[in-house]
Amino acid sequence: MNYHFNFAPIFDQWPILLSGIGLGLLLALVSIAIGSALGLVVAFASRAPNRWLRSLAFTWISILRNLPILVIVLFLFFGMPQLGLSLDKITSFIVALSLYASAYMAEVFRGGLLSVPQGLIEAGQAIGLTSFRIKRYIVLPIMFRNALPAFGNNFISLFKDTSLAATIAVPELTFYARKINSETFRVIEVWLVASLLYIVCCYAITLVLRAMEKRLVLEKT
Amino acid sequence: MTPIVEVRALHKRFGELEVLKGIDFTVAEGEVVSVIGASGSGKTTLLRCLNLLEEFHQGEVLIGGEAIGYHTRRGQRARVGEHEIARQRAMTGMVFQSFNLFPHMSALDNVTLGLTKVRGMPKNQAIELGDHWLERVGMLERRDYRPSQLSGGQQQRVAIARAIAMNPKVMLFDEATSALDPERVGEVLETIRSLAQEGMTMVLVTHEMRFARDVSDKVVFMEDGRIAEQGPPERLFMHPESPRLQAFLKTSSF
Repeated sequence: MNYHFNFAPIFDQWPILLSGIGLGLLLALVSIAIGSALGLVVAFASRAPNRWLRSLAFTWISILRNLPILVIVLFLFFGMPQLGLSLDKITSFIVALSLYASAYMAEVFRGGLLSVPQGLIEAGQAIGLTSFRIKRYIVLPIMFRNALPAFGNNFISLFKDTSLAATIAVPELTFYARKINSETFRVIEVWLVASLLYIVCCYAITLVLRAMEKRLVLEKT
Repeated sequence: MTPIVEVRALHKRFGELEVLKGIDFTVAEGEVVSVIGASGSGKTTLLRCLNLLEEFHQGEVLIGGEAIGYHTRRGQRARVGEHEIARQRAMTGMVFQSFNLFPHMSALDNVTLGLTKVRGMPKNQAIELGDHWLERVGMLERRDYRPSQLSGGQQQRVAIARAIAMNPKVMLFDEATSALDPERVGEVLETIRSLAQEGMTMVLVTHEMRFARDVSDKVVFMEDGRIAEQGPPERLFMHPESPRLQAFLKTSSF
């Protein structure tokens, strides 16, 4: 094998590669924030006393979890304009990833809710807390702590899913890598660099989340 | 004088199963009442009805003269609203078998949560009162520890401080020492005993017969959802009348 690596044409494009990974991170953060908020509502709905609310929550979760994310992305971007709802590509992708994330986050939070012992809720009731305050001061803080490891896994996975935005020409890392690939034909080099950037980013996210877990996750008593 | 706790003809069902079949008893101010009986006799359920952790289907529970949990509207018996229930629950202090301390909070925060959020006390005043009660149960030095850093006995003492800091009319203990390692039982019983000696009104569900005999003013023996016998501890433990209680005492260790 006498392949001569030449990274120079790729490093020339350094700024756009960085802007690509920056946009990917931003897409992930915004979608995960929206998806988590939605997911929290769905998780509470899945445990609601009302039967219809519960079925609605489970329908939501099962539809979105059983659709490939790429299908949701393409459906929203190409399908919605036919129904008269045109979104620009970045908004459209954020909506798609947020919906997808909401189903996974709902499962994460549902597990977290189940992990809050009934005895703690009763202890809150016994000192005269109302159910809203029990949620606010007891259930939510414990749920978030218990859900943190699963939340982290989904975070990484959703960040990697931002590479699918390249299919609708959102200028994130994969999109630029493909562009540089076709302009320079340095195929191996460009995908090596893109891979490395993804790995470094994911690893950094892992470290941050692990530090948070270490501070927040409750030891078993 | 109005009794602190008054239970009248209390009935409770779990589905088809009737677990309380008409309970009547009273607790006067400063009185310490132990409820004993075999598992499944309904004693824990009775205690949980006193702070509305269980619903009940007939009869009345009065705390400090106030009927709690239910009211009658246009001839219909209905549960009172959530805020009313929360207020009524705060009239009693509950200590659970499994401590149930909030694991994400320090010992002190466990005690002050109810003071600030339910009693509306300013933070610094709540901390002062929290420290006072933690000191009282011998846990002041551990005020900043999380429950997971405390032994079972220490956790239970913090739980006692959490309940009593709310200044309840009566303290309820639900088998407070059953989940503890044997060598930790003493410290918790000592704490309860000293509160009893200070005149705190208490209802204890317990398997500690010797303790029940020593600290109680009155002992209530439950059998199959009914009170089979009640009276001063000397009489119940030394001269039990019902054959059921005689049999129960024979199988209980002192």
